[in-house]
Amino acid sequence: MREINVSEITDAVEQMCSDINYELSPDMSELIVKARSEENSTLGKRVLDMLCENLTAAKEEKIPICQDTGMAVVFLEVGQEVHFTGGMIEDAVNEGVRRGYTNGYLRKSVVADPIDRVNTNDNTPAVVHYSIVPGDEVRITVSPKGFGSENMSQVFMKKPADGMDGIRSAILDAVKLAGPNACPPMYVGVGVGGTFEKAAILSKQALAGIASPYNKPWVAELEEEMLSAINETGIGPGGLGGRVTALGVKINTYPTHIAGLPVAVNICCHVNRHISTTI
Amino acid sequence: MDKYLTLPLKDEDIEEINTGDTVYLSGEMYVARDAAHKRIYDLINDDKPLPVDLSGVCIYYMGPSPARPGRVIGSAGPTTATRMDKYAPAFLDHGVKVMIGKGRRSDEVRDGIIKNHGVYFAAVGGAGALLSKCITASEIVCYEDLGAEAVRRITVENFPVIAAMDCRGNDIYKKS
Repeated sequence: MREINVSEITDAVEQMCSDINYELSPDMSELIVKARSEENSTLGKRVLDMLCENLTAAKEEKIPICQDTGMAVVFLEVGQEVHFTGGMIEDAVNEGVRRGYTNGYLRKSVVADPIDRVNTNDNTPAVVHYSIVPGDEVRITVSPKGFGSENMSQVFMKKPADGMDGIRSAILDAVKLAGPNACPPMYVGVGVGGTFEKAAILSKQALAGIASPYNKPWVAELEEEMLSAINETGIGPGGLGGRVTALGVKINTYPTHIAGLPVAVNICCHVNRHISTTI
Repeated sequence: MDKYLTLPLKDEDIEEINTGDTVYLSGEMYVARDAAHKRIYDLINDDKPLPVDLSGVCIYYMGPSPARPGRVIGSAGPTTATRMDKYAPAFLDHGVKVMIGKGRRSDEVRDGIIKNHGVYFAAVGGAGALLSKCITASEIVCYEDLGAEAVRRITVENFPVIAAMDCRGNDIYKKS
């Protein structure tokens, strides 16, 4: 057994919340630069030029890449041999979010009740997903999620008979409906299988760079096929028309029920923030 | 076509803007999003005095991140205009001429734009750090309790936007 004081979790979450809002992970920023060279439309090029300049300005001057610094989604993969000390783990995560968003000059975008809508003023609570894994380490992934694109995400309960075409149409329908509202070029996370809520979590993990161990070889092929299909829609950067509508498609799968084919499509804008560390 | 215009826009400025034009705006505009729109909309419906005079103004749908010490404002890109569609026709009827956001507008907003000779611009979503550099002044006007959603008056210089719906109702998102 390994003891970990939860204050270590707080410190890590604080640092990750601010870092990832100023600078994207290299895999994401490289996709935006690459998109610029692939775009043909005049307005599309102009939008992508601005996005490239924006990334530089954010990094150099420590201004958030986007003013919607998101609701903090935190994945904790906790080794079974770990014993947390010093307080409750979820309190520690929320304290990290509180400090990161306050000390990092990030926007406080969380309201305490969906109807009363009073701002909590410290961006807590986070949405925390736990999983127990082998070992004595804790892997933390912080993925602040903006809501322009979150609002355009959908879960489809397809039928087994719909098969691969059911997945294809779910992804394309969600992307087309999202259109300009989701700040294209988008990044598309897809969860296939499980139950209603499992599919949604799989899709969020796909955005955060957490791959499902269940993915079969068809997954990578479908990702590539769907990226091409999305980039044929003509939505383009900013939704103003053009080639680059999506930067990437990531799919995660899980076993499901004999009667079902859940497909969750979690749409993210080009500011797909995710950062991980291991303690 | 690229245009450089000063706020408040005159009727003849708006007349000459065509959907798809890139426009660089300079001057003063208000900043308001969901919660502030709801409050003002409720005042309009109750026939009560409004905290700001809406005649001829430009409203930027935006909620900035906090300013670091020494900076005018934090990250300051557009939010989705579609969420303001419920309120926008009443705002247009009360004098709003220019809206800046991103994303699609409803048929009701389109009708309001045509009727009131307004214009809807899209700013580039997710470019808030860059756009903040065009903002030279910012002050809270009312609803400070709303935090990031407070109503602000900002001054901009060559703030880049794309005409997404001109005063004739031509919609850029229906073309693409």
